[in-house]
Amino acid sequence: MTSLQDPSLSVPAPPKGDRGGSIGLARNLGLVIALVILCIVGVATAGDRFASSDNVLTILRLAAVVGVISIGMTFVITGGGIDLSVGAILALASVWATTTGTQAMAGDVHWIIMVFSAILVGAACGTINGLLIAYGRIVPFIATLAMLASARGLAEIIADRKTQIIRDQGFLDFFGAEPIGIPVIVIIFALVVAAGWFLLNRTTFGRRTFAVGGNPEAARLAGIKVQRHTVYLYALLGTTCGIAAVMLMSRTTTGSSTHGTLIELDAIAAVVIGGTLLSGGRGTVVGTLFGVLIFTTLTNVFTLNNLSTSAQAVAKGVIIVIAVLLQQRIANRKT
Amino acid sequence: MATPLLEMRGIVKEFPGVRALDGVDLVVRAGEVHCLLGQNGAGKSTLIKVLAGAHGVDDGTILWEGEPVTFADPQAALRTGVATIYQELDLVDGLSVADNVFLGHESSRGGFTRNADMNRSARELLKTLGHPEIRPTREVGSLSAAGKQIVSMARALSRDAKVIVMDEPSAVLDPDEVKGLFRVVDDLRAAGTAIIYISHRLEEIRRIGDRLTVLKDGRTVAGDLPAKDTPTSELITLMTGRTVSSVFPRRTTPLPAADPLLSVSGLGRAGEFADVSFDVRPGEIIGLAGLVGAGRSEIVETVFGARRAGHGTVTVDGHKLRNGAVDAAVAAGVGLCPEERKSQGLILDDAVYRNISLASLGRFSRYGVSTEGAERSAAREAARSVDVRPDAPDRVIRTLSGGNQQKVVLARWLLRGCKVLLLDEPTRGVDVGARAEIYALVRQLADSGVAIVVVSSDIEEVLGLSDRVLVIADGAVVHDGPSDAIDASGVLDRILATHEHQKEDVA
Repeated sequence: MTSLQDPSLSVPAPPKGDRGGSIGLARNLGLVIALVILCIVGVATAGDRFASSDNVLTILRLAAVVGVISIGMTFVITGGGIDLSVGAILALASVWATTTGTQAMAGDVHWIIMVFSAILVGAACGTINGLLIAYGRIVPFIATLAMLASARGLAEIIADRKTQIIRDQGFLDFFGAEPIGIPVIVIIFALVVAAGWFLLNRTTFGRRTFAVGGNPEAARLAGIKVQRHTVYLYALLGTTCGIAAVMLMSRTTTGSSTHGTLIELDAIAAVVIGGTLLSGGRGTVVGTLFGVLIFTTLTNVFTLNNLSTSAQAVAKGVIIVIAVLLQQRIANRKT
Repeated sequence: MATPLLEMRGIVKEFPGVRALDGVDLVVRAGEVHCLLGQNGAGKSTLIKVLAGAHGVDDGTILWEGEPVTFADPQAALRTGVATIYQELDLVDGLSVADNVFLGHESSRGGFTRNADMNRSARELLKTLGHPEIRPTREVGSLSAAGKQIVSMARALSRDAKVIVMDEPSAVLDPDEVKGLFRVVDDLRAAGTAIIYISHRLEEIRRIGDRLTVLKDGRTVAGDLPAKDTPTSELITLMTGRTVSSVFPRRTTPLPAADPLLSVSGLGRAGEFADVSFDVRPGEIIGLAGLVGAGRSEIVETVFGARRAGHGTVTVDGHKLRNGAVDAAVAAGVGLCPEERKSQGLILDDAVYRNISLASLGRFSRYGVSTEGAERSAAREAARSVDVRPDAPDRVIRTLSGGNQQKVVLARWLLRGCKVLLLDEPTRGVDVGARAEIYALVRQLADSGVAIVVVSSDIEEVLGLSDRVLVIADGAVVHDGPSDAIDASGVLDRILATHEHQKEDVA
C-alpha cells in the first residue's frame, strides 16, 4: 500500500503485445516455466516416446478441442460471465450435424453442410444463453446450468442415446488430413488462437469486453451497449463450441450425446490458470493457450507412464490451486 | 462535568490520494443523543468505520471513559462497548432473528448452539426495545426495514453497547416507523446509552438530538452545539460554507443569443422528481442546487438516459432523445461525469488512456480494428489538455488522486467532443487546489460553446459556476433564475420553505 502513496514510484505499463493483462510478461513467464518443467519430467520419465514429433502432434491434437472452447471461454470470463454449458452445446452440435437427415443432405450437396449445422447450433445455443443473461437478468451460472441440462437432454433425444457414425468420407478425409505434416484440426486450433488474440487485443470488440467485465456501470455510462455486447460474448463462445464439435467429430468419426462431458471444467480451469480473472476485466488469450497446453501435456506424460486417470485428476487439482494462489499474490502486489 | 464516555481528538485517516479525516474531534457523553452532520464526502462514513474498528487511524487519540484505547478491529470496538448500525444493515437474511442478534457471540455449549437460550434472551431484548411482536424464530429476510433495524439494535444491546452509532437510520423508514424509532432512541437514552445519530434531516435532529457536531472536508467545524436551538441557517452554512474560498472564473464575454442546445421538458420519475423543465444554450452553465436526496442526481441521470423517464422529453440540438438509452444520448453528443466516480465512472484497474478513450472507441478503429497509436496519442493529448498528473497515460487509474481521476472523466468527454456536459458533484473528494483547476476547465468548456449542467451540494459552487440556477427541493424545481440575482442564503430560504411545508404535512 505504501508504494501507492508515492507518486514518484511509477506503476509499470502493460507490456506491448499483451494489452490484456497488466500482469503481462511475468505472469506468462511462470506459465512457460511450468510447461518447461512438465516437458523435462516427460523427457526424464518417457524419453524418446515423449520427445518425438509424433507425440508432440498427439498433445496438440488433444489440446485442440478443449483449446478452441477455452478461447471462447476467455472472452466470456473476461466480460464478467461464466458458461457451464459448453460441453452440452458441443454434444448437441455434434449430434445435430450427424443425424441421418443432416448426413443425407450432406451426401446430396456437400459435407460442409455438416460443419455449418454444427456451428449454427453452437451459435444459437450461445445466443440463447446470452439473451437469458443480458435481457432476462438470470445469473450466468444458473442460465448456463439450465442450458447444460436441456442441451444434453435434447442431444440424447435426437440421437436416441445412440452413437451416430459419420459415413461421409469427404468430411473424414478433409479433417483427418495432415498437410505439411500438421493435422488439420491443429491448424484450425492455431487459427482460432490467432483470431482470438487479435479480437481481444486489437479490436473495439475486445476493448468493450474488458470494459464490460471491469465495470459494467462505467461502460454503460460511457455509451457502450452492455447488454448487446454480453449476448455477442456468449454467441461467440457458442460458435467456438460448434467448431470444437466438428473437430471432435472428425477425431472420433462419430456424433454423440456423451461428447464433451465435463469439458467445461477443463476449459474454465485452463482460462483461470492462464491468468484471466474470474471476476472479469482482465483476460489473456496467450495465458489460456498455455493453460490448455499445460493440462494436455500433463495428461500425456501421465499416460505415457501408465499412470491412472485418477492420479491425473489429483495433479490437475493441485496445479489449479497453485496457479490461483500465485495469481492472487501477483494481483495483490499490484494493487 | 463528568468525564465524557467517548472522546476523539485530532483523528486523521489517509487513503491513497486523499485525506479522508483531517483532524476530527468528537466528544460523546453517556445518556445523550449526539448528532453528526455533514455533506456527503465530509468524512462521516470514514469516522463511523474508525469507531467500529473497521479502519485504523493514522493520527489522533481515542479516549474511553478517560482512558486511551485503540480500536484495532471490529471485535475490539464491540468489546469496548461501541456498536454500529450501518445504513445497509449487516444482517443475514436467511437466519432467524435470534441467530442474527447473537451472530459472532452465540450462546453455545461444547460447540452446539443453545437455541432455546438465545431465543429467550432475544425475546427479552426485543421487549426492552418495545417490540415484543417480533418473534425470535422469524426469518430476518421476511421483516420490514424497520423490523430489521430493531434487530440490529437488539444486537447492539446484546453486546452491552454503551455507545450505539446509527448511520441514517430513518432513510429507509416511513413516518410512522420513524416515530417508533424515536421512541426506542428515547428509551435507550433514558437508560444511559449514548447514541451517535447521523441524519441529513434537520427536523429529526431537532426532535431527538441533544448536541451536535458538524463535519466538513474531514474536519470538525463545530462541536458541542445545542441540537434544538442552533439556527438552521447556521447549520447549513457550517456544512456548506467554504473553508478556503475558491475563485470562480467569471464569464468574460456575454452569452451569445442562440437556440437551446439541450431542452428538458416536463421530465419526471415516480417517487423521485416531477415536472422538471429547463433549456441550456451553447456556452451556458445551468446549476442544480439543493440538499442531498432532493433528486438532483436522478434528474441528470434521467436526462442522460441512465434512468427511464416516466414523463417528459429531452431534446438535444432539435432531436428528441430515445427514452432510457445512454448510447443514444452519447451519440447525440451528451456526456455525464457521474456522482460516484469510482463505481460509475472509471474502470479502476485499467490504464488512464484507456479510461479516456472508452467513450470514443469507434473513432479509433477501422472496421472494428483498433488503431492503437492514434488512440494513445489522442488520449494523451486530452489528458494533457486537462492537466492530469502525473503525465503517464499507461498508469493504472486507481493510483491517481480524486482530482486527477475527475479530470480523466472530463478528458473522456473532451475527447468525444460532446456538445452537452452533465457534471454531477464534480468536486466531491477533490482537494482545494484541484477544485480551482476543475472550475477553470468548466469555464473554458462553456466558453468553447458546450452547454453545461452542474449539480453540487456546495451552494457556493453552484452559484459561482453557473449563469442560471435551479433550486431543487424534494424532487421539484422551487426556484429558477439568474445566479447573480440570488445568494446562498436565498437558496437556503427556498429549500427551507419547502421543508417547513413538509414538516406540517408529516405532523
